[in-house]
Amino acid sequence: MPIRCEIVSQDRLVYEGEADIVIAPGESGIMGILPRHAPLLSTLKYGILTVRSQGVEEHFTIAGGVIEVQPDLITVLADAAENVKEIDIARAEAARKRAEEFLKAGPPPDTDTYLAMEAALKRSNLRLEAARRYGRAARRLPEFEHGENK
Amino acid sequence: MPNAREVRLRIRSVKNIAQVTRALQAVSASKVRKAVQALMNTRPYAVKAWQVLRHIAAQPGRENLHPLLTKRDEVRNILVVLITGDRGLAGAYNTNIVRFALQKFAKSQTPVKYITVGRKGRDMMLRRRQNVVAEFSNLPAAPSFADVSAIGRLAVEDFLSGAADEVYLVYTDYISMARQVPTMKKLLPLEMETGERVAEFAPATRGPAASYIYEPSQEQILNEIVPRFTALQVYPANMLRVWWR
Repeated sequence: MPIRCEIVSQDRLVYEGEADIVIAPGESGIMGILPRHAPLLSTLKYGILTVRSQGVEEHFTIAGGVIEVQPDLITVLADAAENVKEIDIARAEAARKRAEEFLKAGPPPDTDTYLAMEAALKRSNLRLEAARRYGRAARRLPEFEHGENK
Repeated sequence: MPNAREVRLRIRSVKNIAQVTRALQAVSASKVRKAVQALMNTRPYAVKAWQVLRHIAAQPGRENLHPLLTKRDEVRNILVVLITGDRGLAGAYNTNIVRFALQKFAKSQTPVKYITVGRKGRDMMLRRRQNVVAEFSNLPAAPSFADVSAIGRLAVEDFLSGAADEVYLVYTDYISMARQVPTMKKLLPLEMETGERVAEFAPATRGPAASYIYEPSQEQILNEIVPRFTALQVYPANMLRVWWR
């Protein structure tokens, strides 16, 4: 019996579907949630959330948020979330560089900007990490290295 | 016999109608679609957040879980967050929502205070000598969450400080291009009664929630999400404003 899983970010519905297990980056550790889990409410850390359904895995980056678990339903309310498949590596890389340079450039004008840039850096690092591990590039990479070694 | 003011209003409203017709031609269809799209995109989060709040509100021992869940024995002050447009380009929308709000609270023995969002609401309420305690106008056409969250926070703070014992949200809900209805939703204290339109995202059937496991701790998580999710409820209500200005 699968469990229903819905992931929403503040600006859109990211995913909805059935899952056999959901692995989420909970505040006090990574947790795997199976159908008929006891009701649970937890905050989420920056991290990767995995939805496995009939042997197929989908991965999502989660930039913090909240997860609510009911026996038949998992609701993820993420501050920002995206499917790893949708990540544009070039853009994430550029965003990371921008944020890094900004933070290197010296004391920021005000705390808000500083926090925003820090969050941007954290987010792009997470994106790049996720894309490296689970994105399309991750599957292509070993072949590429293999070819180069020859 | 209508007096001069009423005649003037009538003339203006007729002019408005003419203006709407022109505006409809001027405003490209894609612009409208975009506003509706923005609403559709933000609605799932707010709907889900509301669901989680409801589940929390249905918890055993709810009264002691969080101050926002605690019902006041005596309601001495009511606060209404009223959402309207800044301009009157779209016929009766603003008038309808204001009339709806006034009707709802006309018989109230309790003093009612208003927070108005949008210039039209502010003007109409002031003209009717209603108690407007705060107003937000000239918000950007596509408000970001940051633009809007101050409104929700203000309402939450007023409730916590005791300045208001009940908080309502009055806004125009979007059903379809041709149909928008004035809607009232009780924001605070959070209650478990149903009544508002249950979202299309809601799962089929669900019993009352059993006790949650909280991580990291009950206090921490409730303090974080209950005020934030409540404040968030004004967000989609605001997306629509774009539509009728």
